[in-house]
Amino acid sequence: MSEGITPSQTVGPFLAIGLPWPDGPFAAQPDAPGALVIRGRVFDGAGQPVPDALVETWQADPDGRFDHPDDPRGRVPASSGFRGFGRSATDAGGNYQIVTLRPGTLPCPAGGTEAPHLDVSVFARGMLDRVVTRIYFADEADANAADPVLAALPDPSRRDTLIAAAEPGGTPGQFRFDIRLQGDGETVFFDV
Amino acid sequence: MTAHDQDVSQLVLPRYVSAAGVHPPLDTPSYHSSRLRAPGQPLVPLPQRLTEITGPLLGPERVTSADADLTAGAAGEPLGERIIVSGRVLDSDGRPVPDTLIEIWQANASGRYAHPVDDHPAPLDPNFTGAGRCVTDSLGQYRFVTIKPGAYPWRNHHNAWRPAHIHFSLFGRAFTQRLVTQMYFPADPLFSLDPIFNSIPDPQARARLIAAFDIGLTEPDWALGYRWDIVLRGRTATVFETAGR
Repeated sequence: MSEGITPSQTVGPFLAIGLPWPDGPFAAQPDAPGALVIRGRVFDGAGQPVPDALVETWQADPDGRFDHPDDPRGRVPASSGFRGFGRSATDAGGNYQIVTLRPGTLPCPAGGTEAPHLDVSVFARGMLDRVVTRIYFADEADANAADPVLAALPDPSRRDTLIAAAEPGGTPGQFRFDIRLQGDGETVFFDV
Repeated sequence: MTAHDQDVSQLVLPRYVSAAGVHPPLDTPSYHSSRLRAPGQPLVPLPQRLTEITGPLLGPERVTSADADLTAGAAGEPLGERIIVSGRVLDSDGRPVPDTLIEIWQANASGRYAHPVDDHPAPLDPNFTGAGRCVTDSLGQYRFVTIKPGAYPWRNHHNAWRPAHIHFSLFGRAFTQRLVTQMYFPADPLFSLDPIFNSIPDPQARARLIAAFDIGLTEPDWALGYRWDIVLRGRTATVFETAGR
């Protein structure tokens, strides 16, 4: 069934020419009620920051709905200023930032619920295809405990690599999610 | 069982086919930059649920009609060979992907990117930034006017040169369909030497990245035309039901 699909190639070192948008990091307006800031750094296998990566996020709205016709529950037009999609290039220190709203829980086709999460794509020079991960929230312990993706991880000791923690010393609504491409503390990446 | 539970048990989602064997392995040692950036652990299967079968439907609000002409918008005309690059975005069951955002970026005719990290000693072109955008029409068609990019050297190995290419970024309609790739030009002598092009295991899949010269697309006394279709992962289920009642 993969017949004819166009293969992936790396974004290369110059993605900054074509991909970043001035409003990219703002999946929601920063002054929206309940706005969250997720900050983190991308590291390579030597523990060095990756200064030429692009982090993209996609998620449900706070009610767990999507502004999308393929959601069989029906499309729910996004509220003003909410895009569901965030895009942030990393800076010289490997830092990215996404401003968004907390997504709702989602029903699973086979029953049960998925905990609030963002799907994440990471692109960079040296990566011939994107890698995909998820951001969950540390303060959703009950929902996370019921989440089928977290429950199915082959190595539960790596679960914490998928969970954004409250920013140390930050205000409520500030989270930290670092992405380690390889080696110690390697982030769980998914085949979707 | 509550009404809510009933609804949930009736959710039927489209499913996107696997691209297994099509994309290059992340760990491709001949591409040296992959050594520290490819995950060492196996990827974990992620079932396609609501977040994966939806995606950002970015379209006309992100582009103007001028964004598809990379030769316009500056004080003068860029140097180099003016070309038209056009084609269709389809999914792998042959359906067009309409109203989807395409973003491109590329080197100038001399093989130099308008980026501070590019120190290739070839001239910058003040009339060429190398970035473009457009949205596919109702038939999935797109069209860019640009300059044929030059080949350029890089430091992967001794005397390493990238074949001329244009970077393409596509969203499709679902998170599963997101694709970033590169379009190449016919009969480039650098193909056999390029570890990025050759990272794609299947030669037939590799060949799908090469545009075709098209005299029908070529405009007399103005620009050569190249045709390149892009195929995203298709769906196995074309019918899905509304949950509940």
